[in-house]
Amino acid sequence: MQLWLIPILPLAGFLINGVLGRRFPKSLVNAVAIGSVVLSFLWVVKTLLALGGLQEPHLEHYFTWIQSGDLTVNCDFMVDRLTAVFLLVVTGVGLLIHIYAIGYMAHEGGYYRFFAYLNLFMFFMLVLVLGASYLLLFVGWEGVGLCSYLLIGFYFDKKFATNAGNKAFIVNRIGDFGFSLAMFLIFRNFQSLEFSQVFTKASSAQEWVLTTIGLLLMVGACGKSAQIPLYVWLPDAMAGPTPVSALIHAATMVTAGVYMTARSNVIFNHAPGAASVIAIIGVATAFLAATIGITQNDIKKVFAYSTVSQLGYMFIGIGSGAYAAGVWHVVTHAFFKALLFLGAGSVIHALSGEQDLRQMGGLRKKTPITFWTMCCAWVAIAGVPPFAGFYSKDAILAAAYEHSPAIYWIGVITAGITAFYVSRAMFLAFFGEPRGHHHPHESPPVMWVPLAILGVLSLAGGYLFNIPEYLRDIFPPIHEADNPALVYISVAAGFAGIGLAYLMYVAKPGMADSVANALKAPYQLIYNKYFVDELYDATVVKPLVGGSRLVLWKGVDAGLIDGMVNGVGARARDVGSVLRLLQSGNIRSYAAWVLFGGVALIVMMGLAGGIR
Amino acid sequence: MNLLTGVLFLPLAAFLVALVLPRNSGAGRTWALLSSTGIFAASLGLLAYFDRNLGGEQFGVDVPWIQSPDIHFAISVNGVSLWLILLSTFLTPICVLISWNYIKDRGKEFYAFLLLLEFGLIGVFLAQDLFLFYVFWEVCLVPMYFLIGIWGHDRRIYAAVKFFLYTMAGSVLMLAAIIYLYVRAHTFSYPAIVDMLGSGRLVFSSQEELLLFLAFFVAFAIKVPLFPLHTWLPDAHVEAPSAGSVMLASVMLKMGTYSILHYCLPLFPGAAHSCAPWIAVLAIIGIIYGALVSMVQPNMKKLVAYSSVSHLGFVVLGIFTFEQTGLDGAVYQMLNHGISTGALFVLVGLLYERRHSLEIKDYGGVATAAPWLSTVFLVTTLASIGLPLLNNFVGEFLVLQGTALANFTWTVWAAIGVILSACYMLWMYQRVFYGELGDEVKHHVPDLSPREWAAVVPLIVMMVWMGVYSQSFLPPVTRNTAIVLKQTNVNVSYRVQAPAAKSVEVAHAR
Repeated sequence: MQLWLIPILPLAGFLINGVLGRRFPKSLVNAVAIGSVVLSFLWVVKTLLALGGLQEPHLEHYFTWIQSGDLTVNCDFMVDRLTAVFLLVVTGVGLLIHIYAIGYMAHEGGYYRFFAYLNLFMFFMLVLVLGASYLLLFVGWEGVGLCSYLLIGFYFDKKFATNAGNKAFIVNRIGDFGFSLAMFLIFRNFQSLEFSQVFTKASSAQEWVLTTIGLLLMVGACGKSAQIPLYVWLPDAMAGPTPVSALIHAATMVTAGVYMTARSNVIFNHAPGAASVIAIIGVATAFLAATIGITQNDIKKVFAYSTVSQLGYMFIGIGSGAYAAGVWHVVTHAFFKALLFLGAGSVIHALSGEQDLRQMGGLRKKTPITFWTMCCAWVAIAGVPPFAGFYSKDAILAAAYEHSPAIYWIGVITAGITAFYVSRAMFLAFFGEPRGHHHPHESPPVMWVPLAILGVLSLAGGYLFNIPEYLRDIFPPIHEADNPALVYISVAAGFAGIGLAYLMYVAKPGMADSVANALKAPYQLIYNKYFVDELYDATVVKPLVGGSRLVLWKGVDAGLIDGMVNGVGARARDVGSVLRLLQSGNIRSYAAWVLFGGVALIVMMGLAGGIR
Repeated sequence: MNLLTGVLFLPLAAFLVALVLPRNSGAGRTWALLSSTGIFAASLGLLAYFDRNLGGEQFGVDVPWIQSPDIHFAISVNGVSLWLILLSTFLTPICVLISWNYIKDRGKEFYAFLLLLEFGLIGVFLAQDLFLFYVFWEVCLVPMYFLIGIWGHDRRIYAAVKFFLYTMAGSVLMLAAIIYLYVRAHTFSYPAIVDMLGSGRLVFSSQEELLLFLAFFVAFAIKVPLFPLHTWLPDAHVEAPSAGSVMLASVMLKMGTYSILHYCLPLFPGAAHSCAPWIAVLAIIGIIYGALVSMVQPNMKKLVAYSSVSHLGFVVLGIFTFEQTGLDGAVYQMLNHGISTGALFVLVGLLYERRHSLEIKDYGGVATAAPWLSTVFLVTTLASIGLPLLNNFVGEFLVLQGTALANFTWTVWAAIGVILSACYMLWMYQRVFYGELGDEVKHHVPDLSPREWAAVVPLIVMMVWMGVYSQSFLPPVTRNTAIVLKQTNVNVSYRVQAPAAKSVEVAHAR
């Protein structure tokens, strides 16, 4: 089926725009960048139609990548239903965001560079979901990390942007440390890195081996999908242009951790301990990030913490064994979170770069299309039935209740907080009176058409795409409590959040400030993101850099080792300078030395027992 | 005479011709470019005629050189040394290109020394006679000493002397060990000695073996350089001219790692096995320590130099896993480091030529002033930190996988180096290339010239090729390392089993 065409097309787009794009007019850059993604999307659709029901995975072998001893890593691509879901999300949502970016980036420098990076991202993301072995998945995994780094630091003359890029790369490297160790253990125990082989052997492996592998894989997933304790890079990643935040840091790349853990379901099914840890990390992240989201004033930061929080939900699903629900939430989240970010981008665009919610207000009338499309995302994320987020979040929470009621209850509270912070952002931006000094204008069609499509998907996506049903063969349905009360409670929590936000930001606008003043200490703690960045800086970064400089470099290297080397050199010189005195050029003294030496020799031979 | 002899002696001939060229006419650099390109073409011929399906040594030449003691001119090439020779011949023309305008005085001598260095390096990888090996080993020292001492930066004399003395200290030990081997085996021939060991005609006591192993190993470890014998490297790199740094990092360091693989393991397998845990720990310390010290360097060349300590730690670690995967990874990593660190020194040299500074703080905003230079530097940086689809990833992966098969705890520690490499390289990249464009950089840092393009494009191509399709390179390596691994095991087990087997034979004879 020529699966390789799917990623190769965007790669070609990257190479053409990357090498020649500087000389291209914008229309040509657009044609190459968008065209390659359109073709890739069409090829995905054609492939999936041709492959039919995909009851069995479809595998294609291209060439041997690495071969050494017992280790063989092939360049193989594979499509099964799980991959199919991700292929459609990545190319479909990716295409919409590419189109949107034409409008958003129209007045930015480095236009061709931006689209080249976006295409490169598509290439790696598609390799990630198509790869038939852990190592090939890792290729895409690292590659999307690179593109994330490049696009976060897109405005590379800004220090904060490049700092954020470095932070993203390095924090992800810490996650990859776990992922790569997991791969080494997988090969050590199962003699292969190919999914089919690994999963066949894994079901009969010892539990502690699988638990170790599972926990290490989880470390990798925590990095890429921004979970505690490695979530810190994602909020900073908002330094990149907004389409990047939508595509990479909301819809696709950050869900790679969910894909990877769902793909490894055989391992987690046999390692319940590791799965439980995932669920706990997920729920903790979901709750913590949601609380931070309440207090942020930068519209993109609100949605960034929201993404972290929603990814936490997906991890609850994975950890509870409800992989299909987790993947479902990936899909619906891709719709409504991409829409929220693109809508935010449209707002920012309308206000000529303003991102502070306190400077917005009253945009409902000025930018009606943006407002109405964002409303679709709003009801979707708040879990209002029957919109997209409701289905997937409900499926996750129902599974979580079966796993542990405590996780369910925290999840419900988080759902309430989620509805609250999204409503807060919406009310601050679109309701009330304009607070800034801007002259807002509606975005061009090239931007709002993608918004409208995503709006429809956010409303109907959950109903239209019943992912758990589609993935039934890969992830058999788990036993769930058939308890309608669970659904009512979480929906009620959502409405409560919306209502409270309405009360605080529309009905009584002064109320938010008075609440913040009344709860000063906790508010400051949350406003400053629990001081996690500061904590990491003080406990890891500073000691490492300072210690390397003072102790290792100046101390050990220059002081100790070189001190000894130079010391040996100096001693040699000292000895030489004494011996130099012998070379006096005075014949009588030479004769005396010869005599002395001769006598000494004879004495020594005598002492040694004479010549025999 | 065969093709191999040609490849070995062509650089020497080119060196001799360079000596008689007219002074200060630019003839030196032209001649160096032409001849080194020709030598590279000749080595490609070697590659074409090399039988990839055979393990072991090929193109063997063995002629008596000195009657007493019995020293032979014995050379041959195997699946590992083949690539190291190609690396040397590939990088020499690139070194000529980047020195084209940079070397202003005594150009003729500079290029002559470069060619002499190439001769010595090829010789080291080809020699099959221990004495000949020692001769080539020392031949390499001389041109490098002068390259640093004459065309280096301010503290060049200190660096050159330190480099020379450090290496000499090791090679004296090695010479003593070679002479001891000759006394015991009555030959300098390396294959003959390995054969004697394999068949039990030559047996060392474990004490003897340990001392001999250490004498060789210390000499090689200084060259690698293995922590804590590395402090000559940063000084030598900082003071050397770009071409010197490139050859030093890319090829000379591999003299150490190749020799460990080629001599230490087959000759002294028992000692190698028993020392392996200690050496692995030193290698891991080197990986982490090199990376941490690299992170805080204010000078680009020093930063890259310390990163070499870290990278070469992976190579040594891979060798001492005694796993096929680890050995292959180690060899691949030697080549990768040659390409990507070589490219880093080339690019740092280009920056120095423009801005006349190696201090990171003197840069910033280069990406605005010289976008293509920055792009090429970025690709090299990514290769260096082991991004998949670029060369270093394959090597690091194989080394770490091999280590995981041997001892998983080592892997956990060594993998920390992979995290740290991203820290120091990206941090440097950010400070040099990103940020606002200053006046100095704006006016003094133009983008790549065609000549510079010619120097960097081959390097980039190799990074991608080696990262995407390792099958072009790995099979001959695997065949050779499999032999080394077998020798390592055969020679060890022999000593355990041989006496019993012999006594049975004797009993039958009676």
